[in-house]
Amino acid sequence: MSVGVVLVSHSPLIAEGLAQMVRQMAGDIALAFTGGDAGGGLGSDTEKIKTAIEEVWNEDGVAVFVDLGGAEMNTDVAIELLGAERAAKVRIAAAPIVEGAVIGATVAFTGGTLEEVIAEAEAYG
Amino acid sequence: MIASLIERCHATIAGHAEVLTELDRAIGDGDHGINLERGFDVLLAEKDAIAELPWPKALQEAGKVLVSKVGGASGALYGSFLLGMAKAAEEGVDVASQVEAGVAAVRKRGKSDVGAKTMLDVLVPVSEALAEGRAGDLRRIADEAREATGPMKATRGRASFLGERSIGHCDPGATSARLLIHAVLDVIEQGDAR
Repeated sequence: MSVGVVLVSHSPLIAEGLAQMVRQMAGDIALAFTGGDAGGGLGSDTEKIKTAIEEVWNEDGVAVFVDLGGAEMNTDVAIELLGAERAAKVRIAAAPIVEGAVIGATVAFTGGTLEEVIAEAEAYG
Repeated sequence: MIASLIERCHATIAGHAEVLTELDRAIGDGDHGINLERGFDVLLAEKDAIAELPWPKALQEAGKVLVSKVGGASGALYGSFLLGMAKAAEEGVDVASQVEAGVAAVRKRGKSDVGAKTMLDVLVPVSEALAEGRAGDLRRIADEAREATGPMKATRGRASFLGERSIGHCDPGATSARLLIHAVLDVIEQGDAR
């Protein structure tokens, strides 16, 4: 298994488009994405984010890439809702979502650890 | 009392949703009023079930609703406020200490503090006055604190992208916090024991 990657944008279109870019770079890594609020409008939704993280969660961990403040805060909440044990293996990268996700996913694809994925994304993103 | 609090808070948010959205359009992303109204609509719908719960559990349930239904930073923040209060209430501390714990949860969730042009600029001084037993001053402090966000430059939240241009507009989060404080005080001062 490799580190899972989750993309969280305020926009469903950005999340989907970025997932496409990440796939092109990083092939078949465990990737999930979510965009918009519960109704599909611009925003972020705790439940949708939690579901996306659960989709790719594995023992190697999950790196989450977010765009703006609300997405980050709701991702924080979603991670807490996972329970302490699983939450300990989920990190949010402090990197711009597009550059961070593409670089981070590439590191995950080449077998990097969660720490390496986050560090590379934050350094070059 | 719990049912009245939900009703009164819902009414004030619904009654000011457009104003809040207008303020947010000026220096944010224009969804503050709409988002809060959506969350408080759900709270109102679940009012009876929540009102039957003991105080700490009611706070917790209401917090969960706001966290999951508002769909923006404000939901995570107000929800965390109530969840922070709930945890303190569970430990049996007084209301002022519960509010203090709620404010601490907002600080932590938003990774922010006073002076950044956010809801904390209202929540913090009100919480401090409450802890000092100055219940009669709370409305005035909330009003003044909200007004004081006007000349501030935003350094946190979406308004911070505007930098200097955020100056001159009151913060939408500080505005909704002030409205909710007034709503809560309305209920408490009426002594409604429902």
